[in-house]
Amino acid sequence: MAKDDNGAEDVTAADSPGAQLATSAASTAVVTRDALVNPGFPPHRPRITDLDSKEERKAERTVYTLFYVSIVGSVFAIAAYMAFPIVAEDPGSVRLNNLFIGLGLTLALMAIGIGAVHWGKALMSDHEGVDERHPVRGTEPVRARAVEIFQQANEESGFGRRTLIRNSLIGALVVFPLPAVVLFRGLGPMDQDPVALLHETLWKKGVRLTMDPSGTPIRAADVTLGSSFHVIPEGLSEMGHGRLEEKAKAAVLLIRMDPSDLVEQEDRKSWSYDGIVAYSKICTHVGCPVALYEQQTHHLLCPCHQSQFDVENHCKVIFGPAKRALPQLPIAVDAEGYLIAQSDFTEPVGPSFWERA
Amino acid sequence: MTTITTRESADDQAVGAKKSGGFTASAANYIDERTSISGAVKELGRKIFPDHWSFLLGEVALYSFVIILLSGSFLTFFYQASMAEVVYDGSYAPLKGIPMSVAMSSTMDISFDIRGGLLMRQVHHWAALLFVAAIGLHMLRIYFTGAFRKPRELNWVIGFILFILAMAEGFTGYSLPDDLLSGNGLRIIDGLIKGIPVVGTWVSFLLFGGEFPGTDIVGRLYSLHILLLPAIIVALIAMHLLFVVVHKHTQYPAAGHTNQNVVGYPVLPVYAAKAGGFFFIVFGVVMLIASLFTINPIWNYGPYDPSPVSAGTQPDWYIGFADGAMRLIPSGWEFVWLNHTYSLNIMVVLIVVGLFIVTVMVYPFIEAWITGDKREHHVLDRPRNAPTRTAIGAAGVTFYASLWSAASSDIMATHFHLTMEGVIHTLQVTTLLGPFLAFFITKRVCLALQKKDREIVLHGYESGRIVRLPGGEFVEVHQPVDEYERWKLVSYSDFKPLMLRPNAQGKIGPVEKVRAGLSRWFFEDRITPVTQTELSRAHGDHPAEITDK
Repeated sequence: MAKDDNGAEDVTAADSPGAQLATSAASTAVVTRDALVNPGFPPHRPRITDLDSKEERKAERTVYTLFYVSIVGSVFAIAAYMAFPIVAEDPGSVRLNNLFIGLGLTLALMAIGIGAVHWGKALMSDHEGVDERHPVRGTEPVRARAVEIFQQANEESGFGRRTLIRNSLIGALVVFPLPAVVLFRGLGPMDQDPVALLHETLWKKGVRLTMDPSGTPIRAADVTLGSSFHVIPEGLSEMGHGRLEEKAKAAVLLIRMDPSDLVEQEDRKSWSYDGIVAYSKICTHVGCPVALYEQQTHHLLCPCHQSQFDVENHCKVIFGPAKRALPQLPIAVDAEGYLIAQSDFTEPVGPSFWERA
Repeated sequence: MTTITTRESADDQAVGAKKSGGFTASAANYIDERTSISGAVKELGRKIFPDHWSFLLGEVALYSFVIILLSGSFLTFFYQASMAEVVYDGSYAPLKGIPMSVAMSSTMDISFDIRGGLLMRQVHHWAALLFVAAIGLHMLRIYFTGAFRKPRELNWVIGFILFILAMAEGFTGYSLPDDLLSGNGLRIIDGLIKGIPVVGTWVSFLLFGGEFPGTDIVGRLYSLHILLLPAIIVALIAMHLLFVVVHKHTQYPAAGHTNQNVVGYPVLPVYAAKAGGFFFIVFGVVMLIASLFTINPIWNYGPYDPSPVSAGTQPDWYIGFADGAMRLIPSGWEFVWLNHTYSLNIMVVLIVVGLFIVTVMVYPFIEAWITGDKREHHVLDRPRNAPTRTAIGAAGVTFYASLWSAASSDIMATHFHLTMEGVIHTLQVTTLLGPFLAFFITKRVCLALQKKDREIVLHGYESGRIVRLPGGEFVEVHQPVDEYERWKLVSYSDFKPLMLRPNAQGKIGPVEKVRAGLSRWFFEDRITPVTQTELSRAHGDHPAEITDK
């Protein structure tokens, strides 16, 4: 279908008025005056159902049989609804209920679908039709009339002439949505500052480290070499309001290693206790829990984006998209031998944010 | 009296016109006298739609959306979008006595206490996965056949917005059960938003109604999921289809198909039967999958808790490319400057993914600018006949596929016993270099296929029959293609690279230079369609090859 963009006499190129626009030289389409000619439609080939009345009757039978099968499917689905009730505490009954109602409906739907398509393909007339296309743009008189209407409206209203009215209206329309934007400030509580909240957690001096989720305090002596504990601050498990928000910041991973394996900075030597270290469990990338601990290599792995942290070296990032080490929680042991925090984290936990630094 | 007579005579005519019987005719008359619907029937009833399997992809998308609406409406009768805490007391024993949100608990009830509830949940989820997939494939079909060209550029943009909205619907819906997996998904969104410079912290704070996770987000996502987004989608689908009616459907090149006609079957009765039937088939397939295969077993994950997470978690497939992009960022991409944190490991993902999808959206306008082609195009390109476009598409698909597979980097590492680092590094390389390789290979393959087409038009196809000539020479008999088949191979638009010409002031502007450069890149390698002269010469030169006596 070589097209003529020069609006010339080529038969195959006689295009809509759209083509005339293309003559503005910009188009790089090539016009071949020597192009092959569209041969027109190939001869129609009758189907077997057109030629053989036995086949036609067979197709007819298939179609109405399928529609009857669909009715069977629907009835089956209703019967399955009653025959396969859900029995409390028996997941198997849910499976059967799901399966048999579903299969009944599948049959009901598929049979209608296949029957209708088969009807359309095998029995309905298969002579192709041809529609003519017209250029999408309006005809010249219609376009001219549209322009005229706008001009008339402009004149009658003075929209173009009375610029003070027009400009003040535009100004008003620009400003009037602003209150709606302001209303959305109410999406978050008015009395809280997100930046301040991100800087603090439930940990503070003397708070006991407890097991997640039971809240049982942890004795240093119970943390055996090589073990790791999921830890929350004391009192968190009993919290009603705000429990998950606090947990999302305060979750800690407690690990005991051979003290000789730990490479500790001078100023952080007092933050661990006899090879027991506590690190924030919230990934510094986008906040998933860094829940996978490889005992052999002492690496922590975030299952969301595979950032890896080296527990031996203050949980510095050794691989993956995270940049910052997991914040360390300074810990100590109280008089009864339970692990406690020395203070809150010394930096915000979790993902980076603009005001963090 | 006269009016009564007139009406009766009108009735008589209607009855006379339709021989099917009194009731149908008078019902049709009743409606038409109140709606003027006969005009619509006249306009649309015999409207022609061309037939091709690839035109069904858009239909699949439309039908899955209908299935989603039907199953989703059922779910709204039982689901409660509240994050208030309750103790689960339903039929699923392992979670009994565990505190969870009302949202999670009501989703559990839909799954375990309402007959057919799990089925509807699974129909809804599978249909949603199919919806996004069908839109994606539909877009690929549009792209590779050039169906986005004038006059359909705006409809491409509408379709693109629908694709984005479909993903938004998917993600908001995924978050509603408030289970462990969806909660972690929201946690990632929270982290992403916080990484946006200047406004990130506050946007997250407002979105979650305070600190993450808060007790508002599920209710807010629910409003978006069942009200705002579906309303926009329905409106855009209506526009999308209206444009299909206005433009009339495109058709593939074939004998008798021209730019001024549309060849196919009429809406009534053939398309009504086939398209209507196809809806039931799509619904049936989704139903079958939902009866046999579990999707999103939230009872295995449990309620959301910020501390635990399971290994090998995967998002729904359409979010994979964005999740994968996050995994591919190398370590250390974050810095502090002037007391503010710049999270490049997040910003780069947002910018690159954003640029990629915006490029997809504006591609029709870019190509139109390069070719300067202002004609309407209603006959599709076979992908090989637009080699550079097809190659760009292949590059885009490769880029997307690399990001997408990166979302399963951990699964690949564990299943194939590879190192995590090795998988990531490999995918980093394929993301950066793969598109170039794909571009090169695809373009060469397209050109080779075009050459092959030329060969077939000029010399026929190899029949496999070897004939010994009187002189002792062996030749293979080539079978000529018939003129209908030949037309399919030669009817395509051909473009030359743009020649730089000075403007009225005798200057060549930088914009024109860019355009000429792009035009050269697009069209300098081109195989022209066979002309009449070439064909006659070929017939004259090789009579032995093309005749099969």
